[in-house]
Amino acid sequence: MNFELTDEQQMVRDMARRFAEEQIKPVAAELDKNHQHPAEILEQMAEIKFLGIAVPEEYGGGGMDNVSYALAMIEISKACASTGVIMSVNNSLYCYPVMAYGNHEQKVKYLTPVASGQSLGCYGLTEAGAGSDPAAMRTTAIRDGDGWILNGEKKFITNGNVADYCVLAAVTEKGMGYKGISTFVVNLKETPGFSVGVVEEKMGILASGTAELIFEEARLPGDALLGNEGQGFKQMLSTLDGGRIGIAAQALGIGRAVLEDALAYAKEREQFGQTIANFQMIQWKLADIAMELDASELLILRAAYHEDHHLPYEKEAAMAKCFASDAAMRAAVEGVQVLGGYGYINEYPMARHMRDAKICQIYEGTNEIMRLVIARNLLKGK
Amino acid sequence: MRLELSDEQKMIREMAAEFSRNELAPAAAELDMTKNRTILKGHLKRMAELGLMTMNIPEEYGGSQVGVVASSLAMTEIARGCASTAVTMSVTNMVAEVILEFGTEEQKQRYIPRLASGEFPAGAFALTETQAGSDPASLKTSAVADGAFFVLNGSKIFITSAEYAGVFVVWALTQKAPLKGRGISAFLVEPGTPGLVVGKDEDKMGQRGSSTNELLFMDCRVPREQLLGNLHDGFRVALMELDGGRIGIASLSLGIGLAAMDFALNYATERIQFGQPVAGFQAIQSMLADGYMELEAARWLTLRAAWLKETGRPFTREASMAKLYASEAANRACFKAVQILGGYGYTREFPVERLARDVRITTLYEGTSEIQRLVIARQLLR
Repeated sequence: MNFELTDEQQMVRDMARRFAEEQIKPVAAELDKNHQHPAEILEQMAEIKFLGIAVPEEYGGGGMDNVSYALAMIEISKACASTGVIMSVNNSLYCYPVMAYGNHEQKVKYLTPVASGQSLGCYGLTEAGAGSDPAAMRTTAIRDGDGWILNGEKKFITNGNVADYCVLAAVTEKGMGYKGISTFVVNLKETPGFSVGVVEEKMGILASGTAELIFEEARLPGDALLGNEGQGFKQMLSTLDGGRIGIAAQALGIGRAVLEDALAYAKEREQFGQTIANFQMIQWKLADIAMELDASELLILRAAYHEDHHLPYEKEAAMAKCFASDAAMRAAVEGVQVLGGYGYINEYPMARHMRDAKICQIYEGTNEIMRLVIARNLLKGK
Repeated sequence: MRLELSDEQKMIREMAAEFSRNELAPAAAELDMTKNRTILKGHLKRMAELGLMTMNIPEEYGGSQVGVVASSLAMTEIARGCASTAVTMSVTNMVAEVILEFGTEEQKQRYIPRLASGEFPAGAFALTETQAGSDPASLKTSAVADGAFFVLNGSKIFITSAEYAGVFVVWALTQKAPLKGRGISAFLVEPGTPGLVVGKDEDKMGQRGSSTNELLFMDCRVPREQLLGNLHDGFRVALMELDGGRIGIASLSLGIGLAAMDFALNYATERIQFGQPVAGFQAIQSMLADGYMELEAARWLTLRAAWLKETGRPFTREASMAKLYASEAANRACFKAVQILGGYGYTREFPVERLARDVRITTLYEGTSEIQRLVIARQLLR
């Protein structure tokens, strides 16, 4: 048992921390206020390989392990949760499935441009009628010659309005339920019949674009299928496991920002002739936040470690995501409380942390679904 | 980084688990009902034989020196079987460690091997007084120098294992009107010393198999050589040992919580209502998921603190976090376990009501949750 990070992991963490503090934190409030996609920041992140951090160097990635990925996600998200989710989706929901299920030619063509950060990727799973129940999806991909014709609409797609590439789930065989779903990789710019629909107005993560993807008789080429037909559901489950570690790390990053801001405020703010940091109720909140964040970090690193060492991690990833996001939300709510009235004022970042934290309990598997996943594992004796 | 147990750690955990399953668990209900000291002392002797009473003590004093991580793992397994036995083990280990750290060679040789071998069923830690619980610096028991002796006068309360301890560590004031915290010294006192009276066992809600007694000192003459550590420096001794003790109680809490959840999980697969096992209902699955998830968080906070201590790193904040979180998570888990069993959870026919009673003390002794929060906050605010 050894909790010490490897030299490489420490290096990635330190680099991410420095980059986040110097390049991202100063502009995060502006990005949020203007609902602005962080293009310049992402360019810089591409240079340090953060957009394909665990992809082998052969395909344009950073060649790092998943523990390093998690550590980087925490630091980036601490500065800006929106940048964090853009990074997470790119890494876990686009790069991972192409890496895991694509052949060499597909990786060269579809993975390298995204892992290297030249282009962004997105994950087309969710639909208006298919959220927690993805098997209810209606987007179809019907065989046509050596390719497919795609019809349908995806909803709530992170990076949907800025991505050039998409890993997409569609029904290839109707009436088969989840066994009729397949996964495709799509070059959106070269797919006639594709258009971006509504770009959502959200409560938080405002610098992250969340859009509808519309496919009307859109043609996919012969090399678009990842793996085999009918494997889509299993591929999705495995993809989301890793995505959960990314989101857990995003949530923890938000939580760490909350703690840092709340501590700083409590040490400065005076009432009743002393700093409020002297009051036990404030100390209680700070201690609980710190404790739950530390627990979150350990669950996240454990899940990432399991993934790196080819140990089972479905339950572990679900626990990390559920715990860290709930802890971050609790932290953010209490963080606003510590700041009192100022916690409600947009000039202070705490309000943004609370708006940003909420989605972590919902996307990439609601925490209700996380609990079902955990329980299913427990009841199987895992 | 290696977030897996070593083979040796697994072996020790397995050894403790087997002993706990085969010998402690079957006797736990009877021990709780009857407080039969013969049963308890039988357990303690066997545990000494297994090396469980002096786990962080070098072999030269009879210890098994397995390391803090392995001893945490063992403690959790022992607590799964019987919390009363586990707390005796925790305090006894702590007493051996405080003598190792602060004792003269002569004191170490006189006491530690007898704790290791089981000649002494237990050690006791006598700090608390009626007016000095969370505020131990306000203790009043005095130790006045008189020739070759110190004369102790005063009383202690809530002292675990006092009835069968072979040695007590007793804190007393050696300097009148001192600065708060200074002027306290620690002494090693043997039972049977004239002037020392062990009062009757408290009638407690839980951990009833473990004796909890008052100690009365009435002109109790203790040889000077029994001073432990430096004169007037006892408070520091107490605080340092409580740090490590917190890891033991965190480990113990985790064990009780896991025992409760394991019983509830199994029950839920067997109990049929509305035509199916109640494990099929989301409400039950949600409780199971939450219970185990929080105990996982507790486990990793505890292992982290244990590893920090084992590798000579600072661990105060982490030990407080572990104790605070594990004890509160275990309390929540036991509550859930009773709830999952429904009416049966309230009867003595099933062990969960005892577990719920046993776990209640864990947020109170060895530093209340409130004190842990102050310890954590103080570190955060530095």
